[in-house]
Amino acid sequence: MLDKIKQFASEFFVTGDPLILGAQVSIGLSMIAMIFVLSYFRKWGWLWREWLTSVDHKRIGIMYIICSIMMLFRGGVDALLMRLQLAMPNSQFLQAEHYNQIFTTHGVIMILFMAMPLMFGLFNIVVPLQIGARDVAYPFLNSLSFWMFFWGAMLFNVSFVIGGSPDAGWLSYPPLSELSHSPGVGQNFYIWGIQISGIGSLATGINFIVTILKMRAPGMKLMKMPMFTWSVFSSCIMIIFAFPILTVTLALLFLDRFLGAHFFTLDGGGNPMMYINLIWMWGHPEVYIVVIPAFGIFSEIVSTFSKKKLFGYKSMVFAMLIISLLSFFTWAHHFFTMGSGADVNAFFAISTMLIAIPTGAKVFNWLFTMFRGKIRFSTPMMWTIAFIPCFVIGGMTGVLLSVAPADFQFHNSYFLIAHFHQVLIGGVAFGYFAGLYYWWPKMFGFKLNEHLGKWAFWTWNIGFYVCFMPQYFLGLDGMTRRTYTYDFDMGWGPLNLVSTVGGFLMGVGFIFQVWQIAHSIKFREPDVTGDPWDGRTLEWSIPSPAPIYNFAVLPEVNEADAWWEQKQKQSLSAKQPAKIVYEPIHMPKNSSIPFLMSALWFFAGFGFVFNWMWLTIPALIGVAITMIARSFSYDTDYYIPADEVKRTEAALKGAKV
Amino acid sequence: MAHAATQGGHHAHDHEHDHESLKTFGFWIFLITDCILFGSLFATYMVLHQNTNGGPTPEELFKMPGIIAETFILLTSSFTSGLAVLGMHKGNMKQLIGWLAVTVLLGASFVGLELMEFINMVNHEGATISTSAFLSAFYALVGTHGLHVSVGLIWMVGLMLQLKRRGITAVTKRKVAVISLYWHFLDVVWIFVFTVVYLMGVM
Repeated sequence: MLDKIKQFASEFFVTGDPLILGAQVSIGLSMIAMIFVLSYFRKWGWLWREWLTSVDHKRIGIMYIICSIMMLFRGGVDALLMRLQLAMPNSQFLQAEHYNQIFTTHGVIMILFMAMPLMFGLFNIVVPLQIGARDVAYPFLNSLSFWMFFWGAMLFNVSFVIGGSPDAGWLSYPPLSELSHSPGVGQNFYIWGIQISGIGSLATGINFIVTILKMRAPGMKLMKMPMFTWSVFSSCIMIIFAFPILTVTLALLFLDRFLGAHFFTLDGGGNPMMYINLIWMWGHPEVYIVVIPAFGIFSEIVSTFSKKKLFGYKSMVFAMLIISLLSFFTWAHHFFTMGSGADVNAFFAISTMLIAIPTGAKVFNWLFTMFRGKIRFSTPMMWTIAFIPCFVIGGMTGVLLSVAPADFQFHNSYFLIAHFHQVLIGGVAFGYFAGLYYWWPKMFGFKLNEHLGKWAFWTWNIGFYVCFMPQYFLGLDGMTRRTYTYDFDMGWGPLNLVSTVGGFLMGVGFIFQVWQIAHSIKFREPDVTGDPWDGRTLEWSIPSPAPIYNFAVLPEVNEADAWWEQKQKQSLSAKQPAKIVYEPIHMPKNSSIPFLMSALWFFAGFGFVFNWMWLTIPALIGVAITMIARSFSYDTDYYIPADEVKRTEAALKGAKV
Repeated sequence: MAHAATQGGHHAHDHEHDHESLKTFGFWIFLITDCILFGSLFATYMVLHQNTNGGPTPEELFKMPGIIAETFILLTSSFTSGLAVLGMHKGNMKQLIGWLAVTVLLGASFVGLELMEFINMVNHEGATISTSAFLSAFYALVGTHGLHVSVGLIWMVGLMLQLKRRGITAVTKRKVAVISLYWHFLDVVWIFVFTVVYLMGVM
């Protein structure tokens, strides 16, 4: 009996690597610590009622952001392990297989479990406030989206200590990801972790499209929407067209592995190229899905911190919509070298290059907005300004890669690695950091410390260039991506060492950010204005943090910068606003179903990973039961009485004085 | 408090109406995503349908009389679901439930016939999902449609119970409208399955 348990444990848990052992111990200890703290302070009920079952978009947004920062840590540690391994020639720090696992999880986590939730967190916190709505269109679905993401991410992450991580690259090309080449459970974790969280992303896309189209404040025509909301809209349109393709692709790969189907296998008539086409039909729009909202953030910040209207509003909107459309006609540039032929390559080369045009228009618009503006160099603006040269370089190297004949030289080299990190870190990460700094006071009612923020800014930025500029040259020197070690006479040692130093500088930047958050919480100076940056859009017209119903009275909008306009008017006429009449506010009730249903999905996925049908089948039945239970429950909302609204508003205003 | 409650009652009506139309609109967008899902499966089928790997071909496998019967049954069920909606608009509960029940029966016989077709293929022709890429794509595409129909059946039965309990309200009206949309959508998808998979397969 004991032998059997021992044998099971040795197959079930990943053992034998000191790094993983350390992780297991620290996971165990932090779980014990969490349980202890929550029990000691009697916070379980609070956690359940106020957070886990909450359907408030602001809380859901905060939960997204917390998870995303944790995932940034995990993905960042992966990155530093890789850089450590590559710092010296002939390094023995990591084994080849372990290295494969690390670059795979680094890619997946950074794109899908760090960038996406950070983006959804900002969607959730900002969009309803910016358009003057009290909630998103489907609060219940919103909560379900979050928990599907959360449990999907957990499923992916446990692969590290249970069963083994996937190691076929972040897009898991077959035949490498097929049972024949990856017989372990790692690929199953990949499929189900992404599938479960992907369904959540798709639901978020639908939710925000409807929210933006149907729930804007009176008077807010589409062309008067704040630019961030426009960017969310473009991003969501891409989500609803791209994510179903991902769902299908992963499902087919699963059928190959689970039922022995032949979609992408080398035998049985399967076609691996089919997978590569499908995954990039999702994957290329995906990178625009994460970068477009960053463009929206920059637009808001540039305009606020230059005290000017955004230059070329209409061209900005047009540019974003064009990018969302073109993003679906570029996927084949990811495999120019796989023999599609000259005509196909030419088509995709040109459509890829075309994207530079609207993007360039946007960069000029931001520059013209700053031109002759009264620029304030607060942290959100610093990140925005740093983004521009970074993204311009990244964009230009992207155009170099889009030239099909040149790509035959660059593809799969460190030149490519440097390019996409430049656009993804310089565009997405810098953008979301800027957004986080900018909207932090709206979320929590206090600003983040600017001094530490500037330390974080400079270490991140300097670290970034030190890390990735050498990689362009390494790529031109012939170093290919996913190289796990290299010989001394390749001559790649010095540049790799420099790159590693840069990577660790960015790690220091992250530590500064964590320190900054901790410091700002400890020494918080409450923002009593609700409008600490002298903002222009509606979210700054209400107290921070916003009350549960957001707007006591729905605002009327005449201009894109609605709040700015209102402030100008108020300063012109000293008249007191008319007496406000409060009405009862319709709100959704909390629900435990999203949390439970997603947790059941986690168990179903875990069962699929290990082929444990005794776990999967009951879990799926549980999913069905929770869905039916939701369908049968009609008592899902309530009213906040007018008196209570009045009291809350008075208290908030009292706090303001 | 009483004042607030009466006010709340008045607003509840407006909000309910807004809310229900909002949900129908969201469902349309969901159907777009489902279109893309089926589109990807159709594309996969088109790429792989000639890769029979020496196994049975579409001509050998597809028994058209059964398929045509399935098609008629599903098309009819779409029609009867429309009759159910008409009944609902007239406020005729009997007609609504009755036609929904007919739709469920027709849908269930469609799924039953499809299952029999699959079982026959596996038993008599040895055509399983792992036989060839063509069959993998076939089972994935047709099976996904069948799964959608089956989900719709459970949904419809659940809705009938809710209608019995709550009558025709703004909420149940929206629910019936949504499922009838879903049902027509599956019908349209089936017409494509019928053409692309079966007709082009035996041609």
